[in-house]
Amino acid sequence: MRNFFFILMKELRSYFNSPVAFVVVTIFSVLTGYYFYNIFATFSTISFQAQTNPNLASQYGALNVTELVIRPFFGIISVVMLIMLPMLTMRSFSEEKKAGTMELLLTFPVRDGEAILGKFAGCMGIFAIMLGLSIPSMILVEVFGDPEWGVIITGYFGLFLMGSAFISLGIFMSSLTENQIIAAVLSFAALLLLYMVGYTASLAGGVMERVLEYASFNFHFRNFAKGVVDTSDMIYYLLITMLFLFLSMRSLESKRWRG
Amino acid sequence: MIEVENLTKTYGGARGINDITFSVDKGEILGFLGPNGAGKTTTMRILTCFMPATSGSARVAGYDVFEDSLSVRREIGYLPETVPLYTDMQVPTYLRFVAGLKEVPFREIKKRVEKIMEQVGLTHMAHKFIGELSKGYRQRVGLAQALVNDPQVLILDEPTIGLDPKQIIEIRSLIRGLGGERTIILSSHILPEISMISQRVIIIDEGKVKAIDTPEKLMQQLHATDKIRARIAGPCDSVKQALEKIDGVKNVELIEDTGGITNGYMLEFSDGFDGSHMVARTAVEGKWDLYELTPVKMTLEDIFIRIVTEEEV
Ligand SMILES: Nc1ncnc2c1ncn2[C@@H]1O[C@H](COP(=O)(O)OP(=O)(O)OP(=O)(O)O)[C@@H](O)[C@H]1O
Ligand SMILES: [Mg+2]
Repeated sequence: MRNFFFILMKELRSYFNSPVAFVVVTIFSVLTGYYFYNIFATFSTISFQAQTNPNLASQYGALNVTELVIRPFFGIISVVMLIMLPMLTMRSFSEEKKAGTMELLLTFPVRDGEAILGKFAGCMGIFAIMLGLSIPSMILVEVFGDPEWGVIITGYFGLFLMGSAFISLGIFMSSLTENQIIAAVLSFAALLLLYMVGYTASLAGGVMERVLEYASFNFHFRNFAKGVVDTSDMIYYLLITMLFLFLSMRSLESKRWRG
Repeated sequence: MIEVENLTKTYGGARGINDITFSVDKGEILGFLGPNGAGKTTTMRILTCFMPATSGSARVAGYDVFEDSLSVRREIGYLPETVPLYTDMQVPTYLRFVAGLKEVPFREIKKRVEKIMEQVGLTHMAHKFIGELSKGYRQRVGLAQALVNDPQVLILDEPTIGLDPKQIIEIRSLIRGLGGERTIILSSHILPEISMISQRVIIIDEGKVKAIDTPEKLMQQLHATDKIRARIAGPCDSVKQALEKIDGVKNVELIEDTGGITNGYMLEFSDGFDGSHMVARTAVEGKWDLYELTPVKMTLEDIFIRIVTEEEV
C-alpha cells in the first residue's frame, strides 16, 4: 500500500515533468473539442432552422441534444482514447527497461503488483484529467440545451471503465518490450482489433457473433451511452483490466523465473 | 551473511558464471576482482535478486535469493554498475522516493535523506535534476540510494568509477567505515583499491573463482616471492656469485649493468623469506659498498595478472 503510494506519486511527477502528458492531454482535448464544436454547431443550426421550418423538425423527430450531440461525442472520445492512451502507457515499463532503472526498481523491496498498480493508477490519474477537461463541453450543452444528465454520468462512467481496460492493456504491452514504439504499436493494434471485432460480428453469425460482440470494446459501451449501467458491461471492462494487470504481473515475474 | 554455493548462470547457452562458491561473514568487506566479462556483475545481479541463477543457491542475510527474494531485497543496498537513475527527478525527491520504497519510516525520510546527502557530498546539488548532474555526482546519488535505508548488506558494483581523486578517497574511507557492522561486496578494476578496502579478495576470471583470500595471504599462497633490489659496488661476477650463495635465494638478476663498478641486482627469495640482512652481510664480507637495499613487494596487480594468465610463478 505504502509502496503503491510512492510509485503512484513518482509516476504522476514524471508525467508532469515530461512533455508527454502535456502533449497527450492537449491533443486529446483539441481533437475531442474540435469534434464537439462541429456537432454542436451543426445541431444548433438544425434546431434553429427547425424553429422556422416545422417540416424539418418532424423529419428529425424530436430534436434531442442527447441523441445528436452527447452520444456521438462519447463515441469520438472513445476513438481518441484508443489512439492517445497507448501514447500514455507505452513508457510505463519500456522506459525503465531501456534506461536500466528497472534493475534498481526490481531490487527494491517492492512487490511486482505494487509497481504495476502504482503505474496503472498514475496513468488513470492522467486519463481522469483528460476526461475531466471535456466536462466544460457538457456544461455548454446544459447552457444551450437540455441534455439528460443521467446519460452524461453513465457515459463518463463507461468511458472511465473503458479507459482502465485500455490502460491496463497498454501497460502489459509495455512490460513486454524495452522499445516504447513497439509497446505503443502493439497496444494500438490490440485495442483496434478489440474495437473492430464488434463490427464484424454480424458476418460471423450464430454463437460466434455473440462471442465477437461480447469481446468487443464498443459493444459494451452502447448501454452506457443510453444511460443504462448493465453489470455485464461493467464486468467486461473490469475483467479486461484485471486480466491485463495480471498478465503484466506474470511478465514482470518471468524475469525472476529460472531459465 | 552471504553464502553462495555452486552458482551458475548461462545466458542462453553462453557463459555468465560457472560454479561459483564463496561466503562472506557478517561485517566483512569482500572485494571482487576480475577482468572485463569475468562475471562480477552477473554474480551481483543474482545476489540482489535482479535475475535468477541457472543453478546453484545463494543466501543473503539468511534468506534464499530465489525463494525469499522480498526479504533479501529488504536487507540490501545495491549500486548497479550503470548507475541507473530517474533523470527527470531532483536529487532529494529521488532519494525520498527510494527511502519510501525501502521502508524508512515516514517521519524519518526527510532526515535520513539530508544526512545521506551530506555523507556523500551532495548537499549543494539538492536543487538539480539528476539528468543535469555529472557522472561523478550521479555516482554519488547512486551510492546515496544504496545507503539510504542503512542496510546490513551492501553490494556495490564498481563504486568509485568516475569519481575525482578526492572523492575516491572519501568514498573509500566511507565504505571502509561502513564495514564492521555491515557486510559489503564491492567490485573494482583498481587493484590497490581492492586490497586497501577489503579484508578478503575473490579473483574471478571467465566465470570461475580463481582464488579467495586476504590480500596478504593471497600473496603467500601464490608463493609470492619477495624480491629485493640491491645496488652494490664490486666486480659483477663475484658479487653475483656471492649473492646466489645466500640461503633461500632463488634467482639473482643483473638489472642495472652500468659497465662501471656499481651495478644493480634483483634478488628473488622463495617462500616470502626476507633476506635483506643476508645481502648486507654478504656485501660487508666481500668488502663491497652497498648503495641500495630495497624490498620489492609483489603487488596484488602482479598476482592478479599471474592468476588470470595462469603462469607458473
Ligand atoms: N544480458 C546478458 N546477455 C548475454 N550475456 C551476458 C549478459 N550479461 C552479461 N553477459 C555475459 O556474461 C559474462 C560476464 O559478464 P559480467 O557483466 O558479469 O562481467 P563483469 O565481470 O561485470 O565485467 P566488467 O568488468 O566489464 O563489468 C560476459 O561474458 C558477458 O558477455
Ligand atoms: Mg561488471
